[in-house]
Amino acid sequence: MSHETDIVLTVNGGDYAVRVEPRRTLADTLRDQCGLTGTNSGCEHGICGSCTVIIDDEPVRACLMFAVQAQGKQIRTVEGLAQGDKLHPLQRAFIDHHALQCGFCTPGFLMLAASVLEREPEIGDDDLRVALSANLCRCTGYKNIIKAVRVARSVMQSQKAER
Amino acid sequence: MKPSPFSYYAPKTLDDAIAALAAVAPHDGRVIAGGQSLVAAMALRLAQPAHLVDINAVAGLDSLEIRDGELCIGACVRHTAFEHPVVDGPLGAFLTTVVHHIAHRPIRTRGTFCGSIVNADPASEWCLVAATLGAKMVARSTRGTRTIAEPGFVEGIMTTVLAPDELLIEVRLPLLSAGTRCGFNEFSRRAGDFAIAMSVATYRIEGGVIVEPRVGVGAVESRARRIPEAEAALRGQVPADEAFAIAADAAAHAVTPIEEKPELAEYKREVVRAVVKRALAAAETIR
Repeated sequence: MSHETDIVLTVNGGDYAVRVEPRRTLADTLRDQCGLTGTNSGCEHGICGSCTVIIDDEPVRACLMFAVQAQGKQIRTVEGLAQGDKLHPLQRAFIDHHALQCGFCTPGFLMLAASVLEREPEIGDDDLRVALSANLCRCTGYKNIIKAVRVARSVMQSQKAER
Repeated sequence: MKPSPFSYYAPKTLDDAIAALAAVAPHDGRVIAGGQSLVAAMALRLAQPAHLVDINAVAGLDSLEIRDGELCIGACVRHTAFEHPVVDGPLGAFLTTVVHHIAHRPIRTRGTFCGSIVNADPASEWCLVAATLGAKMVARSTRGTRTIAEPGFVEGIMTTVLAPDELLIEVRLPLLSAGTRCGFNEFSRRAGDFAIAMSVATYRIEGGVIVEPRVGVGAVESRARRIPEAEAALRGQVPADEAFAIAADAAAHAVTPIEEKPELAEYKREVVRAVVKRALAAAETIR
């Protein structure tokens, strides 16, 4: 039905009970109804990747999915990357290597990169470039984004080795 | 922009999905699977369906299995399913080669093989594969089930023979015999972009010469199709650069690019020449 329906979204391990129209995208719902404004809406038609979130361990464009379709799934947004005050290695590397200028694309790149490194911790440089080409940075700061993700790759590998 | 309002249905069984589609199809109702083309079109208000039947929760539509010498791909099988060979032999390896050219991974995690086929974009990689290998589409409605072979399914730009109340439940690709060589080549300006031109080439070798050649070209005409002129040029030839160049030349002449400007059409022919030649050469390496 086109009228609003009550759904529960599981985001970063917490449940959010929201009332949405079916046409409401996941990106808009996360921002406006869950108050999780870290996920940015850029092009709103699947090109830019700024709204990338991780759903059931896979990267997804939150603007190309309706909130009603995300019920019962494990959604992760940029707000869930840091562990308390401890930044995720990707966030640390983005700061250290100046991988953000205006910062608009950053949450999408962080979630894209997180999904890539979690799935393929040993990913090679060439494959990494291809994987990161999914998202756009209008400041064109790609070199530093790639550099930061490479550094995070090494940090995450050594963290894994220590465990 | 934001999509227009629509009524939403999320059936759990195929019978319920077919019934829901039958009820809403006459009233501008549509099916949504991966939504990676449809939701973008809705955001741009190019599509404004009044009803959406979401088939993601329908039991059994995510099946991917081999039956009677065919790879049977269910309606909800995502592109990512093909990132690793889904079947031993040339077909599985070939599909893995092709899938990496489809958009980007965050699109491939949601988008579906069958969705690409019904969307019938002239630049769809899967439509090119279906046209070249001769896929069969299984459509179901409350009126029954029918199987439609390609060519014969895609009619033109984003148009198929499916009736509004029919659901594409499965696409069947013929398995390729052990010796089949398959190549794919696509030219686009950036990774993940729509192809400017692309080609699929398959053939076998018997007695040192090419038999059963298939050459398909996509993103050039209103739908992907095999190019008989290129195939004729290959039949009985030794697989080598010389024969590939002659076949590529034949393909470049045979296509009628859907470009309004003559210079762009001429450019497309040149790209066709390049991708066909490269697909044929690549077929030497993918086994």
